[in-house]
Amino acid sequence: MLSLLFGISEASTYMPFQGTALSEQVDSLYGFLIITSLISFLLLIGGMIWFAVKYKRRTANDSTPDIHGDTRLEFLWSFIPFVIFMIVFVWGIIIHKEMRTAPKNAFEIQVTGYQWGWKFNYKSGVQTNNEFAVPVGLPVKLIMKSDDVIHSFFIPAFRTKQDVVPGRYTSLWFTARTPGDYQVFCTEYCGTSHSFMMAKLKVMAPQDFEKWLIENSKLKDLPLADRGKLIVEKGTCVSCHNVTNERKIGPGFAGLWGSVREFADGTKVQADENYIRESILYPSKRIVKGFANQMNAQNLSESELQAVIEYFKAQASNKTSETNEKVN
Amino acid sequence: MSSAPGVNYLNESSGIWSWLTTLDHKRIGIMYMMSVLTFFLIGGIFALLMRLELINPGRLIVDSATYNQFMTFHGAIMTFMVIIPGIPAFIGNFILPLHIGAKDVAFPRINLLSWYCLMVGAAISFSSLLMGGADTGWTFYTPYSIDKSAGGTLLMVLGAFVMGFSSILTGLNFVATTHRLRAPGMTFFRMPLMVWALYSTAIIQIIATPVLGITLLLLALEKLLGIGFFDPKLGGDPVLFQHFFWFYSHPAVYIMILPAMGIVSELITTFSKKQVFGYKAIAFSSVGIAAVSFFVWGHHMFVSGQSAWAGWLFSLITMLVGVPTAIKVFNWVATLYRGSIEFRSPMLYAFGFIFLFTIGGVTGIFLATLGTDVHFHDTYFVVAHFHYVMVGGTLMAIMGGIYYWLPKMFGKMYNEFLAQITFVLIFLGFNVTFFPQFVLGSMGMPRRYYNYLPEYTSLNQISTVGSWMIGAGFFLALGVIIHCLLRGEKAPDNPWGGKTLEWQTSSPPPHENFRETPIVTGGPYEYGSK
Repeated sequence: MLSLLFGISEASTYMPFQGTALSEQVDSLYGFLIITSLISFLLLIGGMIWFAVKYKRRTANDSTPDIHGDTRLEFLWSFIPFVIFMIVFVWGIIIHKEMRTAPKNAFEIQVTGYQWGWKFNYKSGVQTNNEFAVPVGLPVKLIMKSDDVIHSFFIPAFRTKQDVVPGRYTSLWFTARTPGDYQVFCTEYCGTSHSFMMAKLKVMAPQDFEKWLIENSKLKDLPLADRGKLIVEKGTCVSCHNVTNERKIGPGFAGLWGSVREFADGTKVQADENYIRESILYPSKRIVKGFANQMNAQNLSESELQAVIEYFKAQASNKTSETNEKVN
Repeated sequence: MSSAPGVNYLNESSGIWSWLTTLDHKRIGIMYMMSVLTFFLIGGIFALLMRLELINPGRLIVDSATYNQFMTFHGAIMTFMVIIPGIPAFIGNFILPLHIGAKDVAFPRINLLSWYCLMVGAAISFSSLLMGGADTGWTFYTPYSIDKSAGGTLLMVLGAFVMGFSSILTGLNFVATTHRLRAPGMTFFRMPLMVWALYSTAIIQIIATPVLGITLLLLALEKLLGIGFFDPKLGGDPVLFQHFFWFYSHPAVYIMILPAMGIVSELITTFSKKQVFGYKAIAFSSVGIAAVSFFVWGHHMFVSGQSAWAGWLFSLITMLVGVPTAIKVFNWVATLYRGSIEFRSPMLYAFGFIFLFTIGGVTGIFLATLGTDVHFHDTYFVVAHFHYVMVGGTLMAIMGGIYYWLPKMFGKMYNEFLAQITFVLIFLGFNVTFFPQFVLGSMGMPRRYYNYLPEYTSLNQISTVGSWMIGAGFFLALGVIIHCLLRGEKAPDNPWGGKTLEWQTSSPPPHENFRETPIVTGGPYEYGSK
């Protein structure tokens, strides 16, 4: 029996990888809840089935005893659940207090949620989109705000989550203990692409993290097309667009530059600098035929726009050079 | 009027107009039944479409914007048009006056008005489809619902506002009826437990629903006139909306589940032919749950940014609701002890209720516990939990109640064998659909997701297959009901050997329920031999 119970507490393996010390604590409480729930469930449902079978109706005139209740029993099954509830309540707030109290020396990162993506700003000036890195073993505090509607920042492996609310800051902290890639979800419904609003957290050894920061700070010095590639492929665009020509929420990107776009109203245009600029800054002006008007205006700077346009140009010339090679 | 034998509330007058203007609580109950079943069919089709789309990550039948509309309409229809009116307004309307030996409810005209409120509200909600639909989820969270959501959101909000009046008026009627119209000798402690449950529900409806009404009105004013209640751009507070909304919507959960508990108390006693175990404990726990339900709304907001202290307090009070809930379940099981248990389909549904509601209840503790809720919040764990309570609990009870009272409503018996098949299909299908969702939630899959990570695929596929089983079960159940209406054998006045008053009059009852006003001399469940 005992081994069965431990086997079931292993059901906490359904929980994601334990990426922090705190997540182990959460899982112990979860295991305790599973075991107590299972015992009460077996007691109740076992009793129900046992009685139902044992006292199945024999004749139409079965007589039943006139039992109105039993104070001692009723006290018992009010008091025992009450005690269990109080145990898990106190256990729960102990964990919660730790979740909500960030160490004073925590490494701070500013996080912005927007429809639909995450922006990360480091004190060194580095800014990334939908991907961020932290050093292993160091307490990290995310100070979060939203540009539009309510989002929620959830790292399953760390068992922690916090709503990101427009008009105020909220925060969340953790100390990652194993290097690797971790999934981040948005868990407050925020519209059409809610389920595409994901980010990657990279936990790195301190020296790798330093390198990562330096690489990302050099972004501005990259060739325009390479910088555009980072903006498009690591940014918000790929929440709704594929870089191949397969459709997602919006049309795929492959072969966009120079191609003829047909719109819902029947008009056509050849995709050039102005078309790309307009599609990013004023996406609802012209909608490609067969797609819904769902995209929000993207707040890109002039230099970012240039980089993205160069990226599309480069894509097109890569394609032609590839085909040429094949022909040759 | 009701003197001639063979004349009953169904055949005393005919024509559609005699129904649309009826003041008879039984006819109004039947009209609610037709509306609720229709809405349930529509809401269920939305659910089946959602599950179909979720059989794979990415697109299968619709894009994400359409999926979000399915999700919103499924939620809004099932809450505002099915589960909230489902038991009080439909079954309660039919059964409450019969249970207390009354001729009708206290305010028959208001009763009819409340049905029209539901229908008008529902029509307004559905009309939002013509304006681009609504995609906020049934919770209308701000600021998304203010200026980012689909064009028909305002109509959906106004529809819910109007339907709220239906709920308030029904509650008002039931409180007055319970206080004023009990038959001679029907003291409070001789009332069936169903009446206690409906009474507690009615109090919540009266106190909580106006808060929803005001909140939705504020939201509408903000959308129409740009007054900044909730939008931070205008100086408002989006979290305030959540406080207002859950101040209604948490008690509303008990509007949905308390009357279901009432039905289960009736089914358990009748089909085990036994005095209920702990009558007063069950009765008072209904009132207790109703009272405490007003102070737990913040447990929907543990990660919203409310203070840690608020979180602790709401967690504590939420734990306290668990106690009366546990008492009820233990008392039902204890009632079975040394009973004479008959396995008819209503009783099977009562067993199903206890089974599923217990799972829904204990997983509620996982969510009331702060340390674990932070992980589970807004994941599929929550989806599974509330479906175990709302579908596994309330819908199971509605199905049991329908089969139990069909003979009384229409004077006809249904096909027992097919009804038992519906139970097996719905019960198994339900577990196949929703149990994997606990695991998905533990793994971290967020709710309201159109797209998901590949590692969640197989569990989602199991869940979708389960939804087809539930669908088959409910379609068969619809067939059983229609077959009963058209071809059912004549039902005796008291097919189950029940002791409550509705079984002492004819099936179907005459217009004024009882040919002679019943005089009550004992409790509702005096089966036992002393």
